[in-house]
Amino acid sequence: MSEDQFDFDVTVVGAGVAGAVTAYLLAQKGLSVALIDRGETPGSKNLSGGVLYCRSMTTVFPDFFDQAPYERRISRNQLVFMTPESSVALDYADERLHRGGTAVTVLRAKLDAWLAERCEEAGVMVMPGTRVDGLRIDQGRVVGVRAGEDELNCRVVVAADGVNSFLCRDAGLRPKPASNQLALGVKAVVKLPDGQLESRFGLAPDHGAALALVGDCTQGVGGGGFLYTNRDSCSVGLVLRLDDLVRQGLRSVDLFDHLLAHPLLERYLADGQLVEYGCHLVAEGGRAMRGQIVHNGLVVVGDAAGLTINTGFTVRGMDLAVGSAIAAAEAVAAAIAADDVSAAGLAPYETALDQSYVGQDMRTFAKAPHFMEGDRLYHDYGPLLADILFQIYHLDTSPRHRLMKVARSALKASPLRLTQLARDGWEGVRAL
Amino acid sequence: MRLPPVADRLAGNRFLLDEDEPHIVVDQALAAATGSADRIIAICPAQVYSKAADGTVQVEYAACLECGTCFAVADPGVLTWHYPRGGFGVQYREG
Repeated sequence: MSEDQFDFDVTVVGAGVAGAVTAYLLAQKGLSVALIDRGETPGSKNLSGGVLYCRSMTTVFPDFFDQAPYERRISRNQLVFMTPESSVALDYADERLHRGGTAVTVLRAKLDAWLAERCEEAGVMVMPGTRVDGLRIDQGRVVGVRAGEDELNCRVVVAADGVNSFLCRDAGLRPKPASNQLALGVKAVVKLPDGQLESRFGLAPDHGAALALVGDCTQGVGGGGFLYTNRDSCSVGLVLRLDDLVRQGLRSVDLFDHLLAHPLLERYLADGQLVEYGCHLVAEGGRAMRGQIVHNGLVVVGDAAGLTINTGFTVRGMDLAVGSAIAAAEAVAAAIAADDVSAAGLAPYETALDQSYVGQDMRTFAKAPHFMEGDRLYHDYGPLLADILFQIYHLDTSPRHRLMKVARSALKASPLRLTQLARDGWEGVRAL
Repeated sequence: MRLPPVADRLAGNRFLLDEDEPHIVVDQALAAATGSADRIIAICPAQVYSKAADGTVQVEYAACLECGTCFAVADPGVLTWHYPRGGFGVQYREG
């Protein structure tokens, strides 16, 4: 194909974090870039739990904290084990997290619209309201995209079309993920009465809290819940592993209602007003579901490459999307400069990704998905912790016992065995 | 807190309905034969699917939040499922 037959150097499909950052960086390098999104406006199809670990984003946008529409800087993290009537929390608040700007809450319709604006300023042609129907493939090379009657020709396509990535699946580049590699995220944005948010969560202005919930909130289904503070609203939701949800035959709507009815959530969300209700699939398979991310004329970034990490403490996706965008933009620009956009020419993307924090962390936590599939985490640990603490705090004039005996008798009453505790503890510290 | 029924929950969302092109089609015979019908009815957070009196699956595609969960758990061939045409479907204002 000769020079003048290209509409753009690069077409990026999907204006989420991965796509927008890739497009922005490529335009900054002087390439002509189209950023296509099927939403009415960029960001309008996008939804996430809401925590962005933002150090990589601030390397791309040094003015992120001054300019970006983030919600709050997270300075308080909680891991909460729940039973129907109780919650046991590890509660960690640290000024250093706020000062350093480690993590922020975001609402994607706002953040992604801002990213698209930055793309336009950098010279990207942003094309919302357009559904890409498939790749144009010529003699084993991706040479553009199809959208309805239209075709766009380009040197390289960046697939940033999210967890479902029909682009890659339809072209036979990636198998359909297995149901234990996917989870359903359901989320509500709830506005609290004026002035209530900071007092209920014990937060100073611009400080935010992120609660990870385990146990009764999913009624034992693999996954968990979350509660994040935005400026004047909360993002509250569930993440439910599909294989387990189907096996137990539970209705996702019932589980969501069950979560919101818990006394802990009642305390935080009382008199709140529903602003928006949404859902999204979550990639949970780790490195195993990545598939091939480099082809002739194509690279795959972000959720489309299955780039997520869930350690129970931190749930990451958007920061990995940024990392993949940085690696991809570098490699795509170099491949175009060298006039070799074959899989071999684009291969430095995968190498750079693997060497970056994205690849390193994916390897470090490679065993996390398997560990998180253990049932005991969702069924048994919450009740055990609550029973031990109940025996400690519930004084009823019966003679007290020391901690060792209390723990032993709670363990005896639990379906958990000491050997299982030891094994889970050992595997947990190795996997997470 | 208690949320209203799902239909009312969705009332706050912005939807642009594509009346010319439903983006979900169910193979009724296959849905019944494979057990996919009950699976997709239970799992959908927007309650897009319901069972009609005659046992077939009804699809309220206008309420779809486009997550793809039904397509992920249905047996192959049960659903013809793709994203709505550009600019149509749910448009999140918060996300």
